[in-house]
Amino acid sequence: MSESDIVKDFLVESAENLDRLDQELVGLEKNPTDRDMLASVFRTIHTIKGTCGFLGFNKLEKVAHVGESLLTLLRDGKLTLNPEITTALLHMVDAVRQMLSEIQSTGQDGNNEYLELIETLTRLQTPGAKGKKQAPAASAPIQPTQPSPQPAPPAPEIAPPPPPKMDSQAHTESSGQPVSAETRSRDAAAETIRVGVNVLDKLMTLVGELVLARNQLLQFSNSSEDANFLAISQRMNLIATELQEGVMKTRMQPIGNVWSQFPRTVRDVAVALGKEVEIEMEGKETELDKTIIEAIKDPLTHLVRNSVDHGIEPPEARVKAGKDRKGRLTLRAFHEGGQVNIEISDDGSGLDVERIRKKAVERAVVTAEQAARLGDREIFNLIFLPGFSTAEKVTNVSGRGVGMDVVKTNVEKIGGSVDVQSKKGQGTTVRVKIPLTLAIIPALVVTSGGDRFAIPQVNLTELVRLESDEVEKAIELVHGSPVYRLRGRLLPLVYLNKELRLETDDKTKAEQDGAVNIVVLQADERLFGLVVDVINDTEEIVVKPLRKQLKNVRTFAGASIMGDGKVALILDVMGLAQRASVITEVRDRNLAEKAAEAAERSGEKRTFLLFAGPDDARMAVPLDTLARLEEMPSSQVEKAGTQWVAQYRGKILALVNLAFALDERRTEPRNTKSFVSSNDADPIQVLVCNHEGNPVGLVVERIIDIVEDYATVKYPASRPGVLYSAVIQERVTELLDIPGILKAAGVGKAGELLPAEVVH
Amino acid sequence: MAQTRQFCTFYLDKLLFGVELQGVQEVMRYLEMTKVPLAPAVVSGLINLRGQIVTAVDLWRRLQFEDRLADTLPMNVVVRNEDGAVSLLVDEIGDVVEVDESSFERPPETLHGKIREMITGVHKLESCLMHVLDTAKACEMAVDAEPVGSD
Repeated sequence: MSESDIVKDFLVESAENLDRLDQELVGLEKNPTDRDMLASVFRTIHTIKGTCGFLGFNKLEKVAHVGESLLTLLRDGKLTLNPEITTALLHMVDAVRQMLSEIQSTGQDGNNEYLELIETLTRLQTPGAKGKKQAPAASAPIQPTQPSPQPAPPAPEIAPPPPPKMDSQAHTESSGQPVSAETRSRDAAAETIRVGVNVLDKLMTLVGELVLARNQLLQFSNSSEDANFLAISQRMNLIATELQEGVMKTRMQPIGNVWSQFPRTVRDVAVALGKEVEIEMEGKETELDKTIIEAIKDPLTHLVRNSVDHGIEPPEARVKAGKDRKGRLTLRAFHEGGQVNIEISDDGSGLDVERIRKKAVERAVVTAEQAARLGDREIFNLIFLPGFSTAEKVTNVSGRGVGMDVVKTNVEKIGGSVDVQSKKGQGTTVRVKIPLTLAIIPALVVTSGGDRFAIPQVNLTELVRLESDEVEKAIELVHGSPVYRLRGRLLPLVYLNKELRLETDDKTKAEQDGAVNIVVLQADERLFGLVVDVINDTEEIVVKPLRKQLKNVRTFAGASIMGDGKVALILDVMGLAQRASVITEVRDRNLAEKAAEAAERSGEKRTFLLFAGPDDARMAVPLDTLARLEEMPSSQVEKAGTQWVAQYRGKILALVNLAFALDERRTEPRNTKSFVSSNDADPIQVLVCNHEGNPVGLVVERIIDIVEDYATVKYPASRPGVLYSAVIQERVTELLDIPGILKAAGVGKAGELLPAEVVH
Repeated sequence: MAQTRQFCTFYLDKLLFGVELQGVQEVMRYLEMTKVPLAPAVVSGLINLRGQIVTAVDLWRRLQFEDRLADTLPMNVVVRNEDGAVSLLVDEIGDVVEVDESSFERPPETLHGKIREMITGVHKLESCLMHVLDTAKACEMAVDAEPVGSD
């Protein structure tokens, strides 16, 4: 850009500014203490002054300078604007405008020194000069025009100013206040702009690239001694960092955005379940990256529903337990160590350790022996395994055992962790820890086997270096597993080289000189020491996901490009810990995966009663739909009206023979004396179930067995009275629709029968 | 009018292969790779392609040829797929050829081994046959492939 271009820009810009200045000064007169407007006026003059100095327009600079000084006093509240000062300032604006037009035509700022204007402006800066001020002030307005004719040549050109002044004043007087008000509202509207997320994403990517380039530059600058270059790269570094922060900020959203829907969710669930729940929120304003907010929305919703459904007891139970009728659900969010913690706590019944333990054994998630060994905390965390639900009843809200595992998986997918704490009778707290952002993270760079690896700083707790002479004593073995005593506690050691099957090259071995570097890491609240060859440095790294070809390699969370342009892998501390069996989740996972597979096949394992129906048909009913199994001599069967009955525990038990009930054509022979077709001498097998509060007996041919199965492969029933056919113990079995049969048989008329959930 | 297609060709173990030009992002000389421990053997490593991290697939291993001889450095044919870019490591880059659709033929029934799955067929060029690589197949691998010395 040539100098004339700069001047042109300056003129255009200044002309715009001066127009605004006129309006603002008048507006100020009406509202002399408006700081914002004063500041704006000040800035305009300041800019003009600065640019003139740069371009060498000294006279203009002088005028602007005194004006600026006066404005400083006004802005700082040391002087109050009065009409006199306003006039003087307006004159100054005129003078500036004149000089600008001079510059435009001649390239010079003219010969007029505006001494008197300068003098007036200077004099007005002393508040004490009030009395004297009156007289000169009167002359001041005239003077700018008066002295101007004196310096001969520019005189004609200076004459024009009054009209524009009049013009601007007339204009502003008519609409002064509204205009400024409008200006301000426009400013307010301009404070927020809707920007497409894709634009932000693009920016983020670019900033990522910039950070990479910056890292490369810094690396390069280390080997340079050129002071200039160093200074520039230093500046570049600062700017890139600030830009990165700025762009990251654009993507930040308060967690309140997600939470805002929870009061409604809680209310709905609570009303559906007849509970009373109050929701409290702390730390709504905690900010998180947009992508993370989106990713945690569903898990959080699930946790909240879960708390209301399982955590908080019905009002009566609460009152009985000496608690407030109203349950309390508290959401808290806060920053801690570069992570965001979100806590969802309820003051409900808490988790029942024993029940979970029992369930875990039942579901074969752990063996009884393992279960006995697990601590409370570990037991609690079992609820995050697939297919695990301790809810006694399956409600439409939750309790199907899908959910908590999904919560965990989703949270872990974004590099977070979930932990649950509970006290029986006092409530449960689920804590979700998630990183602030996914895109750019601080990481520790280490070298092992000649390759570099980045370890996210969030997982890092400390670094320990053992010199060669300490190593032997410091690293002990617990039956072959190396440990290190870290402040009195045993820290299991994991050798990165061994875990990743890397080879330590001789060079680093020599450099290390037998010393051992331990990176103390935290995975799932458990500490372990990762032994690496070299600890390099911490660096801001840009996380790039691994392609699907490498998705199965769970020890890596992604990759990043380092300062030298090479790619380094980012360790997934959780995955690594699992691989090294620091946390036992691998085993749990395997079991869990099996369970999930099974759960996928059917929902869950159920216990069925297998029996032979008419014509030796293989039939079954879920055991939990039955009250008892009875065997009674057929002689005990009596007839009451048209209904076969038997005396049973002091009550009359209505009997239905399945053989008749199932086959519509074979209606029950009402007149026959014999109720059962088989030999009268044989005892009959009765399945007793509760039907509308009364026991009803279903007579079957023969009871085969009680089995556990998933009863998965289903196909529709071929006859009434049968819900569906399923494969139980690898044989096709008909699942009986007891309520349907009883209804068809005319036992009890009314509608609500056994829970229909038997079916699914 | 017979349709013509353009192929980017390269050599693997002296055989001429081709991938459709449309799917090729670029062709690069040898680029330094970062090994990925525990990864499937067919993944040679990760490459920094101007700020983009690209997985490099060893086609020799993928096609179950013997291991590549280490005397020359492999070159990269970077192809795009729905998951991003993948670099196919090849011995040498050939020309871009334009072939007539009519010269295409399915692989002969007598062809066995992994290569049968990996090629859709051959184009009969004047001087030799060009094996048309199914890039999607070639890239999808790894997912099912055995990791290096799995436990």
